[in-house]
Amino acid sequence: MSATDTRPSAPAPSGEPPRRAGELGLRELGRWTWRQLTSMRTALVLLLLLALAAVPGSVIPQSGVDALAVSRWKDEHPTLAPVYERLDLFSVYDSVWFSAIYILLMISLVGCILPRTAAYARAVRAQPPAAPRRLDRLPGHRAVRLEGVEPEAALEHAAAVLRRRRYRLRSSDQRGEAVSAERGYLREVGNLLFHVSLLVVLAGFAVGVLFGYQGAVIVVKGTTFSNTVSSYDDLDPGSRFTPAQLDPFTMTVDDFDVTWLTKGSSAGTAREFVADVSYDLDGETRTYPLRVNHPLTIGDTDVFLVGHGYAPVITVRDGEGNVAYSGPTVFLPQDQTFLSFGVVKAGSARPQQIGLDGLFFPTFSLVDGDPVTVWPDDLDPLVSMTLWTGDLGLDSGVAQSVYALDTSNATQVMRADGEQPFRLDLRPGETVQLPDDLGSVTFEDVQPWVRVQVSQTPGKFVALGGVIAALIGLLGSLFIRSRRVWVRARPDGAGATMVDVGVLERAGGGDVEDVLDALVADLTELAGPSSSSPSTATSDSTTSPSESGKDPA
Amino acid sequence: MTDTAWETLSNQAVAAAGVVYFLALLVHLAEWASLRQPKAARSAAAAGAQEQGAGGTAVAVATGPEGADGADGRAGRVAFLGRLGVMLTAIACAAHGVALLGRGLAADPNRVPWGNMYEFTLSGTFVVTLMYLVLYKRLGLHWMAPLVVGFVTATLMIAVIWLYAEVSPLTEALNSPWLVIHVVSAVIATGAFTIGGILSIMYLVKDRRGEWTTGPLARVPSLQALDRAAYRVHAFAFPVWTFAVLITGPIWAHEAWSRYWNWDPKEVWAFITWVVYAAYLHARATGGWKGRNAALLAVVGLATLWFNFIGINYFSTTSQHSYAAPVAADAPVLGARE
Ligand code: HEM
Repeated sequence: MSATDTRPSAPAPSGEPPRRAGELGLRELGRWTWRQLTSMRTALVLLLLLALAAVPGSVIPQSGVDALAVSRWKDEHPTLAPVYERLDLFSVYDSVWFSAIYILLMISLVGCILPRTAAYARAVRAQPPAAPRRLDRLPGHRAVRLEGVEPEAALEHAAAVLRRRRYRLRSSDQRGEAVSAERGYLREVGNLLFHVSLLVVLAGFAVGVLFGYQGAVIVVKGTTFSNTVSSYDDLDPGSRFTPAQLDPFTMTVDDFDVTWLTKGSSAGTAREFVADVSYDLDGETRTYPLRVNHPLTIGDTDVFLVGHGYAPVITVRDGEGNVAYSGPTVFLPQDQTFLSFGVVKAGSARPQQIGLDGLFFPTFSLVDGDPVTVWPDDLDPLVSMTLWTGDLGLDSGVAQSVYALDTSNATQVMRADGEQPFRLDLRPGETVQLPDDLGSVTFEDVQPWVRVQVSQTPGKFVALGGVIAALIGLLGSLFIRSRRVWVRARPDGAGATMVDVGVLERAGGGDVEDVLDALVADLTELAGPSSSSPSTATSDSTTSPSESGKDPA
Repeated sequence: MTDTAWETLSNQAVAAAGVVYFLALLVHLAEWASLRQPKAARSAAAAGAQEQGAGGTAVAVATGPEGADGADGRAGRVAFLGRLGVMLTAIACAAHGVALLGRGLAADPNRVPWGNMYEFTLSGTFVVTLMYLVLYKRLGLHWMAPLVVGFVTATLMIAVIWLYAEVSPLTEALNSPWLVIHVVSAVIATGAFTIGGILSIMYLVKDRRGEWTTGPLARVPSLQALDRAAYRVHAFAFPVWTFAVLITGPIWAHEAWSRYWNWDPKEVWAFITWVVYAAYLHARATGGWKGRNAALLAVVGLATLWFNFIGINYFSTTSQHSYAAPVAADAPVLGARE
């Protein structure tokens, strides 16, 4: 079933008047292009191109995968960055050139499937072809001499044997002096199923990319997230995403537990994160222990636990004694020790705005008066921050990150000696009075936060069904053996019947010898064991290459 | 047994396996070396009912009865060395298996032995050996013994010297039944592709050099037989790889990272490998690409496969696949925030 000979080649433009070179009509050009595009060779080249085109995306950071890595890369390579940008090298898999390759491949695929399906439909209805004149020219051939059996009876028996082995036979009125049989039609079905399923997978994947979204948000223990566009810290919507498709739920993180490994080579890493959440959809409240590898599904939305950290609860009182800031403040871990960085912006503090930035140590130890982090669990936490006053830029109308302090118009408060910045080191429950009657800062306690990823991936089951179907088709296509068998019988002139068996394995690496062995054994049972003389004429061509190549040892 | 005892056992078993593999390699090389002497080669081949008699007879006549006896003795020695080599390989494979088991039982809680690159390489090479032992009779692979054993010995050595890591529990993201299925199938496919790749490399070598009539390589089967055996091994490996990379991988990725396909470098290279092998299967069915070009594609496929397995970790830092960095998988995701 080698593709080159089963694919119906486009009919030669017979009957048309000959043309001079270069005088190709538009229609012919189109037909020529189509034939080129849907040839097996083109498919092969496009596949290789696809593989090649996928490479850059694995070595150059991709904005869809890691936006931060992209900006870092751009900073490090200022001259190359614009060039790469123009070539879409930071988003290879959405780029025009990458798309062009796989779209061409898909067109080629369709152009391949359609004619093959038609050819297959014809082949299923057609009779197995008549026997070739010389069966001994086939790659698999045996001749058997049957004594005391008429040629007619031998052929009847051969037909019965082949039918029992689930071959399809050429109808008897067209049989002549030979039986023609074929099996393995499903191989081609498998092949077609495989290739069609590839289109299904692509469709499912495309739906996910176009209509899906991914969002991420940090939720502090005890607080509630409501699923609206503005609640997300970042949102990566597909191009056809609409806010209306967000499932209207709210989700509260009731508790969060981590188990820290205390011994062994990976002591200090965390295991078994569990965020107990309760969520509310359509007035019904349910709870779920959200863990890594165990996402929560709410409606069409999946919620995943992807990270965690600490939020010190900090209260700032201003110079007039009013509470200017209070609440859990998300600090972002800097590394595996959970040393975390965060800022506090008390914009309403009077007489001056108060800003704090600094570090959180889950478990600290003092070395020469400076804190260092010794353990990622919050057994003995400390916040250590410096102090800013003046204009924090909060009223400028420009959107600000909550994780950075704009100090361009602010001044840092220094220690009394004027040399070092003023630093407040606080343990839970402690309060520090700020210099210059600015107010006070209290570190109340620590709350954990979790980072959840929220996403809709429509089409994911289409894609999954597609690959599963593709795999089934592939198995059929690779392992169903498709072959033709012919049996011819003639009197040998000495009262016996010569039976010729020819086998043509149509695809794959099947061995014809075992097929012949089995067939010959079945065919000779008619004459009884004594009178048969199997394999009388085993010509050279019947010795399979793998036989002769077998290892001598 | 305590966890530390299991870990020690595992390390000792790796060492033992390495030594026995090395012995097996030496034995197989000795076997090849015996074949190198033309007389022995011919009589060995004759013993295998393969050579066309004429040469063997000529030698026997030229050297007289004693010479013939000597040649027979050598043929016997070749056969003996061959059997010994296979036996040693089997013993080494058993020790290799014990090493894997020990890794799994040394962890607390017990787990599958593929949590990091070291263990992954240990598993991959184990499957290569196992696959070879299972298939060598059926596909007549005896001639590739030194190649397989050499490959496994070298890769094990790389694993022990550069990739070794102490036993530690699985990171949270790896702790999923899908991981077991995903990795088992990926490793099986890797083992099979490796065997298929060796067949295709041999095809290319033989295609270039022409038939050998003497020497150790005379026993390498014909081009057609090589091509067919390679196809059969690849046809087995490709669906398994499809299952590992395009079904179980995405299911697991969806549960662990919320995206079933994220164009992560490991995923990209698994995809590249898949596409190259798809091209190989096409090439085998395309006139003009059959044979040599198809074999070339199989070798390219093997290169992408092993590059993905080991190399990509050193080129790219963004992989979420945590064999690259054992602790990264459950680290807080910091990147995407402004
Ligand atoms: C989307 C990219 C494609 C992939 C991943 C792919 C993959 C495969 C695979 C893995 C096989 C081997 C299994 C089998 O024998 O059935 C195969 C076979 C085949 N493919 Fe494709 N294919 C693609 C596109 C195409 C295109 C565009 C054509 C049409 C030109 C095509 C025509 C064929 C044919 C005719 C066979 C049967 C080969 C044989 O006789 O053994 N494929 N394909």
